[in-house]
Amino acid sequence: MDSVQIYISLFVNGLALGCIYGLIALGFVLIYKATEMVNFAQGDLMMVGAFIAFGLIAGFGLNFWLGFLLTVVLMIIFGFLLDVVVIRRLIGQPQFSIVMATIGIGYVLRFVMPYAFNVEQIAFLTPFTGKAVQVAAMTLDAGKLAAVVGTLVLCAGLYMFFQRTRIGVAMQAASQNQLAAYYMGIPVALIFSLIWGISAGVAAITGVMMMPIANVMDPSIGFIAIKAFAGAVVGGFGSIPGALVGGIIIGLVEQFSDYLLAPGYKDIMVFSVLLAVMVVRPEGIFSQMGRKKV
Amino acid sequence: MRFVFKTRYEQDLRLWRHNGDLIGYGIFLAALLALPIFAGVYYVGEANLWLIYSIAAMGLMIAVGFTGMASLGHSAFLGIGAYTHAYLLQNGVPFLVSLPLGGLLAGAIGVAVGLPTLRMHGIYLAIATLAVALITQEVMSKWSSVTGGFDGLPVAAPDFLSIQPEAMYQGEWFSVGGLHVGWVELWSPVSLYYICIAVLVLAALIARNLLRSPTGRAFVAIRDSEISAQSMGIHLAYYKTTAFGISAFVTGLAGGLFAHQISHLAPDAFNIFISIELLLICVVGGIGTIQGAVLGAAFLIMLRSFIPIMRDEVTAGAGGVEFLAGLVRFVNSPGLEAAIFGALLVLFIIFEPMGLYGRWLKVKTYFDLFPLYKKSTFARQKSYVKTERLR
Repeated sequence: MDSVQIYISLFVNGLALGCIYGLIALGFVLIYKATEMVNFAQGDLMMVGAFIAFGLIAGFGLNFWLGFLLTVVLMIIFGFLLDVVVIRRLIGQPQFSIVMATIGIGYVLRFVMPYAFNVEQIAFLTPFTGKAVQVAAMTLDAGKLAAVVGTLVLCAGLYMFFQRTRIGVAMQAASQNQLAAYYMGIPVALIFSLIWGISAGVAAITGVMMMPIANVMDPSIGFIAIKAFAGAVVGGFGSIPGALVGGIIIGLVEQFSDYLLAPGYKDIMVFSVLLAVMVVRPEGIFSQMGRKKV
Repeated sequence: MRFVFKTRYEQDLRLWRHNGDLIGYGIFLAALLALPIFAGVYYVGEANLWLIYSIAAMGLMIAVGFTGMASLGHSAFLGIGAYTHAYLLQNGVPFLVSLPLGGLLAGAIGVAVGLPTLRMHGIYLAIATLAVALITQEVMSKWSSVTGGFDGLPVAAPDFLSIQPEAMYQGEWFSVGGLHVGWVELWSPVSLYYICIAVLVLAALIARNLLRSPTGRAFVAIRDSEISAQSMGIHLAYYKTTAFGISAFVTGLAGGLFAHQISHLAPDAFNIFISIELLLICVVGGIGTIQGAVLGAAFLIMLRSFIPIMRDEVTAGAGGVEFLAGLVRFVNSPGLEAAIFGALLVLFIIFEPMGLYGRWLKVKTYFDLFPLYKKSTFARQKSYVKTERLR
């Protein structure tokens, strides 16, 4: 393989990985946009989605697409219930409390899922596993392409949802001022639960799309959410296109620094990029911050 | 209820509210000092860990509890303190110099981290400190010439002053009434224990005096509302950076003691889970209270030693029983400890947001006011989410 091909394949790998980061980032940007809460358990929600898909597809032997759909539905219900049972009680507490609570939830999920399924690692077959696509003398991995395409479709759909639908606009209103939104007749509590459901659904899709890329997953896969956080900050916390772009930037930085630098420096590079962005342009690429007019 | 009528300005400046408080803390300190006489070496070792975690959490409390800055990076400051202290000791620097130097370096790095990131609020800070913690851990494993990399760094044992009921010294000075005074290697948990108590008292005094000073009041004002603090002329970036630096310094001091406690440093000892444990201590003990750090640390250490005991008991008791196989598998699953911590974190935040110290205050007030205690005395005001993006 000549160097151009290496770089192209690095680019595709970084893009696919970046899309995964972008989708996880999307999950907590959705929650942040709507409820001003930061969900540190998003990576673990993704892990839960992957475990449920594993149970349905590998355990019960369901068709992949049917199992995929069912996973998403189950995860939406799970996210909804998570908000109703736990998160709703935290409204109005300082943001720090919610960060701590979601970290706690993440630890619980990381223990409960492998216990419930009685496995340490999961793997299941997807239609993309081990397939390759030939694009103009380049052989690309089908799973990675599927991740990229799926991400684009999902993001476009969510962007339209927030800009064009009544519920989406209501969610934005609830995020800007809870009390005012309530006075306008928006069922704020229900909206918040719905957004947690949607976010968990996105996490489930991410978890299934991660499968052909990762091949084997264990409960600690949720830790990649830390890099997704970096992506979200780089893109501008609270912006949907920003989450995606930031995630892709982080993915590319990781892949290229893994190849170009000595082994083991890719994590340092990723977080250095994060800190550099925070110093130089703290509002991120797609700025969502403004100064409060008093 | 005890009302403190203030008739003199000096009363406002006192470290304690009234003499009852002083007696209470005096008894607590006396009990701490007397513990090694009654308890075995194992328990003194556990108590060391408790004191070290208390000090580290007290440092974190200055950032999280007093200034309202969520930090996930205090494992890094603990690690920096520990490695600096161990490295300096190895190169012949005396204990009493290298311990504060470790703290100072941690504080300096805290300031360096704080300068760019503290302009941002809550969540950005949490993510930035998380990044710092991860980078620091990577640096610890890569910079082998100083840290020893994955092989680790053995912590040299300096000679240190010690007082013990038995003669067990390399060099004894004199003995008074059965108490022997002399130099001892710091390997002995008992000598480390007394150093820990000294540092704990020092850290508590730092925190308490800070809270009485204009600086500390500025911290609390920033925690309660950044906008109103700024309107009152408080320079946000300056005070936040100061708070973060002091916080990192105290945690760095704890790191130096932690180095002696674990006696062999490895990068894995300072992973992100330590940060979470310290935050757990703050939340469980009671956010924004000095006493909370000590109570929370005691809770954490007791829980940590209780879980393996419970695991052994359950495995021994229910090992052969068919229908309890699930339970046995449950207690022996990996990650149980972390899951219990996580669940406790959630439960405390929901049901006891003021933590153990808050519960103690409630109980005390109940008996003070009996039978007139109202639950609403401590009730949280109903509040709503307002956007922080426009801040």
